Order: sequence, then C-alpha cells, then structure tokens
Amino acid sequence: MDEFSRLSLHVPEPAVRPGGQPDFSNVKIPKAGSVPRPEVDVAPEEIRDLAFSIIRVLNRDGEAVGPWAGLLSDEELLTGLRHMMTLRAFDARMLMAQRQGKTSFYMQHLGEEAVSCAFRRALRKGDMNFPTYRQAGLLIADDYPMVEMMNQIFSNESDPCHGRQLPVMYTSKEHGFFTISGNLATQYVQAVGWAMASAIKNDTRIAAGWIGDGSTAESDFHSALVFASTYRAPVILNIVNNQWAISTFQGIARGGSGTFAARGLGFGIPALRVDGNDYLAVYAVARWAAERARRNLGPTLIEYVTYRVGAHSTSDDPSAYRPKTESEAWPLGDPVLRLKKHLIVRGAWSEERHAQAEAEIMDEVIQAQKQAESHGTLHAGGKPSVRDIFEGVYAEMPPHIRRQRQKAGY
Amino acid sequence: MARMTMIEAVRSAMDVSMARDENVVVFGEDVGYFGGVFRCTQGLQAKYGKTRCFDAPISESGIVGTAIGMAAYGLKPCVEIQFADYMYPAYDQITQEAARIRYRSNGDFTCPIVLRMPTGGGIFGGQTHSQSPEALFTHVCGLKVIVPSNPYDAKGLLISAIEDPDPVMFLEPKRLYNGPFDGHHERAVTPWSKHELGDVPEGHYTIPIGKAEIRRKGSAVTVVAYGTMVHVALAAAEETGIDAEVIDLRSLLPLDLDTIVQSVTKTGRCVVVHEATLTSGFGAELVSLVQEHCFYHLEAPVIRVTGWDTPYPHAQEWDYFPGPARVGRALTEVMEA
Repeated sequence: MDEFSRLSLHVPEPAVRPGGQPDFSNVKIPKAGSVPRPEVDVAPEEIRDLAFSIIRVLNRDGEAVGPWAGLLSDEELLTGLRHMMTLRAFDARMLMAQRQGKTSFYMQHLGEEAVSCAFRRALRKGDMNFPTYRQAGLLIADDYPMVEMMNQIFSNESDPCHGRQLPVMYTSKEHGFFTISGNLATQYVQAVGWAMASAIKNDTRIAAGWIGDGSTAESDFHSALVFASTYRAPVILNIVNNQWAISTFQGIARGGSGTFAARGLGFGIPALRVDGNDYLAVYAVARWAAERARRNLGPTLIEYVTYRVGAHSTSDDPSAYRPKTESEAWPLGDPVLRLKKHLIVRGAWSEERHAQAEAEIMDEVIQAQKQAESHGTLHAGGKPSVRDIFEGVYAEMPPHIRRQRQKAGY
Repeated sequence: MARMTMIEAVRSAMDVSMARDENVVVFGEDVGYFGGVFRCTQGLQAKYGKTRCFDAPISESGIVGTAIGMAAYGLKPCVEIQFADYMYPAYDQITQEAARIRYRSNGDFTCPIVLRMPTGGGIFGGQTHSQSPEALFTHVCGLKVIVPSNPYDAKGLLISAIEDPDPVMFLEPKRLYNGPFDGHHERAVTPWSKHELGDVPEGHYTIPIGKAEIRRKGSAVTVVAYGTMVHVALAAAEETGIDAEVIDLRSLLPLDLDTIVQSVTKTGRCVVVHEATLTSGFGAELVSLVQEHCFYHLEAPVIRVTGWDTPYPHAQEWDYFPGPARVGRALTEVMEA
C-alpha cells in the first residue's frame, strides 16, 4: 500500500451562495486611522504590512481620523460628493436607457464611485489613465461632458467613436483617458509603457493603469509588474477588487496570495490596500502614489477593497450566483452615504441640501440625456455614416479598403 | 554607397531613423548591450544611450504592450521580437490592441510602432525558430505587413515603416540576413557584397509601403513571391529556362494588386510561392485575387508552392523548404497545362 493517497483538486468557493446568509467575516477590517502613513520614499520592504491591511480614514461616526486624513478642504469634498452623486445618477439613467432599448449594453459603478472619482482628483492635467470599463468616474471628475459620454453610449451621429465601440468604452486623450479595450489587462502594461515614455523624455507626467481583481490572472498583469519594477516606471498600478469577476468570486483569481496587493511585494513594488468606499482614503493613497511617481521613485500598486453592488453589466444576473442581500452586508458601507455623513458631521452639508443636490444632479443628467438623444440612439434618430466603417483603419485608406467602401456604395 | 548585408541594412535603417527623430526608440530581448542575437541593433545603445536602445524582460506581450503605451505617448518604438516564433504571447497586444487603437478611438490615439522579427527557415532552426506567420497578420485589419528580400529594400522599407503612422509588422527572412540564396543549401551563399541589391546608401531613403517590384521580366508565366522565395523563384526560372516574370511583393498588406494583375493578364499563367504552410496561407489570398481579377486571361490553373502543412522539421529542413526544384516543377506544370 502506497503511503500517499490519491490527489484531489482544490477549487475555491465563496462563503455563501444564493439563499444563504451573506458572510464577510473573512474581510479583516482595521479601525479607521490605524494604518500608518509612511514617507513617499520609504523602502518597499519596510511597508509590507500595508499590502495586507486596509487604509481607512472615515470612521463609523463619519469622522476623518488618522495619519491619512486632513488633505481635502470642505469645498473639495463637496466637489467629490457631487462627482460621485453625478456618476450614480448617470448610471441610473443609462441603465434605464438600456432597458428601454436605447442602447445595447451598459455597465454601472454602483458602490464603486469613490475609487475613480477620488483618484482622478489626485492626478494632474496631462497625466494618462489606462482604464477598464468601470472607471467612468475619471471622466466625470475631470468634467468631461456627460453628453459626449451618452453620445458614445447611444452610438449616435455625435458619438466621438463614430459608432465603432461598445457602449461605455470611451476615449479622451484630452482628459487623460485611454481608449478602452474589451480584452482584459492589455491596458495595464500599456500604462507602464506610457509611463516609461514619459521618463525617457524627462517629462513630468505620470500614468495610471487599472485592472479588476479577476483580470489580475491575465499574463499582462504580471508583464506590467515586471516592466514597471524593472524600469521604475512612473506609474500607479490600480487593482479594483470589487469581489466579483462577473459570477466568479475574487478567491478564484487570488489563489494563495492572501491579497491582490501582496502580488506587488515579489516585484519590489510598494503595495497598499485601501478602503475603496472611503473617498478620503482613496484620495490620500492615490496622492501618495502620485507623489512617489512624480519624484521618480517608481511604481506603486494599490488594491481598492470595494464591492460591486450592481450587476457586472446589463447582460448579467447576480441573483444567480450570490445572495440578494449581500451588498447590504458589505462591511465598508456606501461611498456616497459615508462622504455625505462626514460632510454633515463637519457642518458643511445637510440632509436637505443633499436631497436638493440629488434633484439638481438628476435634472442635469436628464437634460444631458435629452441633448444626447436629440442626436439619436442606437435604434432611432441620427447614426454615424456607414462610410465611417471604412475610415480610420489606417491613417491613409489603402486601395483594398477603398474598393470595399465603393462596393458598399459609399 | 556602401555594400551591406541585410543585417547591416536593417541596423543602418534604425541608426538613420534614431538620428533623425529623437522619438524613435529601439528595445527588445538582448538588443541593448549585446546588439541582438543577430546583431541587428549592435552599436545603437553605445551611440544613442540606454534609454533609447535597451534590453527588455523576456515577455513578448510586455514588450509589445509597453511599445503601444509609448506610441500613445508620442514615441515611435521599433522593437525586436527575437524570432517570429516568439510572437505568439504578444498576439493579443498586436491584433486586438495595436491594430485597432486608431479605429476604436477614431484617431484620438494612434499606434505608430514597428515590430521587427526574424522569420522563415533555412538555418536549421527547427520548428520553434523557422516559422513564417505572415498570414496571421495579413488577416488583421489595421496592420501593415512587410517582408523584404534584399538589403536595399530592407533599409528603405524599414525607414518607411518607422515613419509610418500605423503599426507595421516587419518580417526579416533570416536566411537572407547574410546573403542572397538560390535555394540550394549545399552551395555557398553569395555575399551581398557581390550583389547589386547589396549596394545600400548610407543615408536616409525610403521605399513606399504597398509597392511590389518586378525582379525578372518574363512573358510566359508570373511567379508571385516574397522574402527568401524571391531568390528561389529566380533560381527556378534560370534553371528551367522558362520565361518567367518574378514579382517580389515586398509588402503583403497593403498589397500591390495592380502589379500582379497586370503581369498575370500578360502571361496568362501564375505560380504563387511562399515558405509558410499551404492551408490558409497568404498564397490562398493571392490565388483568390488572381482568380477574381484575371480569370478570363488564365490559361492554366494557378499553382501554389509552399511549405507542407506540418511544423517545420529540423533534420528534414531541406525537404520541407520549397526549393528551386519544386518551384521548377510547378513552372513546368503550368506551362504544360
């Protein structure tokens, strides 16, 4: 008889499935203000703990506490609140527009608004993001016109992408938003390349790459870390851990690494985890990383611990794979409500003003939607020209595409 | 005018381009200090510094992905994939990203990168150092695909590729790196220094992308070839005595269809030759186009001479390789049809 028994495969499973009681006991949450704030030139090996903890600023009472607090004025926080509320209202309207058949597809940010909205405020004009499909907050917080976003979603005659891209795959060089790909993780290593170029040219601009927890399993994630570490690229490598990659829980991609942030440690990259539902914490950590990059100290890896409250996309049904009440049990709360509470505690905001702002913002979004719809929606009104199919494949149209365009009658 | 090998011509193209444009950067595996396994980049780091010519980690997807990011910034990366066979880990970045960034962003972002890669067999490279993957790229809209057949073209086309606003796949037939080749492996290679196309200007010049060249005038049959196979086709024409017109495509995408159509319309016969495997190879596209545009002028079915539908073997390399004997038999066959 052999001393070893037969092997068996370990397939991780989430703590609960539909019908069960939500359980986040595995998410270890330190007290707000308890995680130290190191100097930006700290040696990565001295802050290994930050890859396993969670940096938090807002406590349960709505107070900003600890060494990462105190960076933003009331006015800046009110602007941040407004950005998150705008993104939420925008999502609500576009989700409805998809249900009404005005577009084919939409992806909402519900629960994750703080991540991109706060991050954008830590960047400067000229910096470049290489985002995924769930960072529209980068555009909202940079005052990119909502009408343009909606034109893109509706693939109408004013769509900046001329009807070629799936809805929400925006592009804006001017607003530091690289054209979105549907192929996962490709943009992560491109961000490193952009940052390397900035360093090669002795520029002052920095780049930010974005990835979801599930996509960290892609090889380009690892390529990006190799290149960023090797050349000390001025790049911020963001991982948005919203717990779910469509229906697959974060434990599948994470494997035995403990946290996603911990993956940076093997590359010698400073790695931090932050409460992704805490606008102040996200901003503070993003600013810390941006300063490191600007001081030529190289890359930083940040894991945003958050929760995808909504479906992955309009084609997804989360009730099929997780308890319906799971989002309510998420222990880090709602980013909008937490910042609202903080501002009320500070005496800079009130329930009445919040309700009024909500109405005003929704009105702005509706006005933008009306304007966008006047240019058409996917199945009605103005459309990009069929000629646009053939344009822009190359800088100059080669003969074979010209022949095909003529064959199509354009 | 200097006499150059194709390696020297490729190096000269990068040198001239780096001197003219500070945004041109060269990187890839072993290309910096060492100068590349084929020495194509030798001396460039010493001349331009290690931030303009540098070694990369062994990560083809990382190399191409970072090049795309650099291009989005405004640089013009000219990167080396050590062998075309190693391109596959970067296939996603090449075909889904580089090729489409202009289109999907409506020109908001562009991707002026050049991916150089040694291609083809004939150096006993076995099945992992001999592939000809051009058809995988010609199927991708947004890319340009170039295969030079001599030092003069290699330099002029590579400078054009570096100056091109779109992503260019630059496939360098490694069998031609040191001299032209007539398909007979047992015979010594004629050095490029004894060949007129080894005369290469030291300075800047370009050859337009998308223009073929007629290497041998003829009236009986048209041979369409590129890269190493141009030389094999020329040898086959000489050895059979058949009055073949040999077209060197130089650029596969975009393709100079007019030159092919004019020639086949004149000769009425056509043989397509490439080193890559037969099934769904680029020859299939060429034969389709000839059929579509020259059908009423054809006096014989169009024949393809290609590598076999197997991986490239090591010991039996010369039985795999489409040499002058196989091309000669095809020429005889179309003439007798």
